[in-house]
Amino acid sequence: MSDRPGEGTVPTTRRETRFRWEFRRATRVMVDARWPLFAVIFLLAASIAAAFGPVLSPLDPNRQNLVLRLAGPMAPGPDGAVFWLGSDALGRDVLSRLLYGARVSLLVGFAAITVGGSIGIVAGLLSGYFGGWVDDLIMRLADIQLAFPFILLAIMFLVVLGSGVWNLILVLGVGQWVTYARIVRADTLSLREKEFVEAARALGDSTASIIFRTILPNILAPLTVIASFNVASVILSEAALSFLGLGVPPSVPTWGSMLAESRDTLIANKWWLAVFPGVAIMLTVLSFNILGDWLRDFLDPRLRERT
Amino acid sequence: MGSYVVRRLLQSVVVVIGVTLVTFLALQAGGDPTYLFVSERASLEEIEATRQALGFDRPLHVQYLSFVGDLARGDFGQSLSYRQPAMEIVLEALPATIELTLFSMVIALLLAIPLGILAAINRGTAWDGSIMTFSMLGQSIPNFWMGIMMILFFGLYLRVFPISGHVPFLAPMMAGDFGTALSNLPRTIFHLILPGIAVGTYSLARNTRLIRSSLLEVLEQDYVRTARSKGLPERRVLIHHALRNAWLPVVTIIGLEFGFLLGGVVVVETVFSYPGIGRLLFAAINQRDIPLVQAGVVLLAGIFILLNLVVDLVYVRLDPRMKLAGGRG
Repeated sequence: MSDRPGEGTVPTTRRETRFRWEFRRATRVMVDARWPLFAVIFLLAASIAAAFGPVLSPLDPNRQNLVLRLAGPMAPGPDGAVFWLGSDALGRDVLSRLLYGARVSLLVGFAAITVGGSIGIVAGLLSGYFGGWVDDLIMRLADIQLAFPFILLAIMFLVVLGSGVWNLILVLGVGQWVTYARIVRADTLSLREKEFVEAARALGDSTASIIFRTILPNILAPLTVIASFNVASVILSEAALSFLGLGVPPSVPTWGSMLAESRDTLIANKWWLAVFPGVAIMLTVLSFNILGDWLRDFLDPRLRERT
Repeated sequence: MGSYVVRRLLQSVVVVIGVTLVTFLALQAGGDPTYLFVSERASLEEIEATRQALGFDRPLHVQYLSFVGDLARGDFGQSLSYRQPAMEIVLEALPATIELTLFSMVIALLLAIPLGILAAINRGTAWDGSIMTFSMLGQSIPNFWMGIMMILFFGLYLRVFPISGHVPFLAPMMAGDFGTALSNLPRTIFHLILPGIAVGTYSLARNTRLIRSSLLEVLEQDYVRTARSKGLPERRVLIHHALRNAWLPVVTIIGLEFGFLLGGVVVVETVFSYPGIGRLLFAAINQRDIPLVQAGVVLLAGIFILLNLVVDLVYVRLDPRMKLAGGRG
């Protein structure tokens, strides 16, 4: 615990000092490494686009303007506006649709790992703590799920359930639980026999309390690394499913469905319809991957082997 | 080793049962599945007739058992849009999909091995840096977008590669027509290049990282240090001591890789209008042709399970430690 001299403020609690110190270390390492900083800046910008899309976007993303269809980037739009990134086959503004598209990608990405992470963490804790048939059951379920190429499973359920943001989140989320469950299980197995867990048991803590208040806080850190990579892969899956027409309803612009629509005008070389949504997906996914890499090195270089 | 094989086989049986259960439940997930098989304008009598014809009025466990029975015979029912048995249509598209998957696997593995080794032995240099940057990018580009970009650049701008279509190789091969198959081969490969790269890039990037880190780990082991201090040339240390042990993680991923690539193939086929199961599934999804979707998904999952089983069994042979430990964890 560092109570370093010359910091100016008097720390009130150990936890706060520790937190501040870690935070300083994090920012310093991040600025030094440079790329993670860019990743964070890009993700902040994307989050702002997602949150304030309606305010930021120059035009209504669903407003059609057949006279001004397939206008190139920087072309004049309706009412003195400019199609900064061009317009699509129905004359809708690509930039506005891109900004709205950030919503679905980020919302689905975060919500899906929240769903998958919660299921996976609980399953992993139970599996690791109780062992025996509970462990067998959960791990066989995991095996069965891993026996399916994930995208096929998602296709099958989404075709039946129908498209929609919640179905997408559910399917993508359930698709992720195994990753978390396996890691949490392994960590729980090793923590179960540690002295501080023994101590909690000896003090008469309830099983639930031991699992969720003694063990859980000690395994959360590595999970943030997994989560960061996971958001990246969920966003890729969401884009692929949207591309296949299994995402959200057509009235909601998404990066994947914009790319699907771009295929019709590809031969006519309307490149801006295909380039910009793809760049948006790539930069978002890249940012999460870079962030995951950085988090892993920051938290524990030994984690390298496991991701 | 024998007991491991038996256990592994039993495990596969459990997984297959699980897969049939999941497939069956997927159909029920949206409520009464009858509505998936009738048009929106169907009358109540029509709906009732369809329900009875397809057996959805029976209790669930009876439905499941008859579903498994049909599955065992490869019977997924009639495709709603083709009016042909769904399995027949899917099987017809299978060779093209396998060609693409194998081709992208070749790209993903054959390129990854030299790149990974190159990065590992030049750790910290510009080589390592650029290979790792490439690998980071490769894992961030959606495969279908990569396909679209390659169509724009190589297909429409440079005009060097075909942007769609497929020349069959496996299909005439299996029909026993080797002459046609061989004369087709160059054109088959030519048509596979763009979609193959699109599908394979993600795996290539991931495998490169994996091989690099696996090799780096091995290079830090004591026996490598011993080999070096004996004065063996670096090349010999690398090939005879390090690489031999860096193989195992690579074999492990091959099986999983195939399933992963299949997922990519499904999406990328659509981009290149490539006549495989993926494009078929895409059309089936848009027409809500449930039997066809199920047949395609189950067939691909079946191939994946079988392949994983084979890989696991091969793995036991490769790694003597497995005979004692009795499982891949």
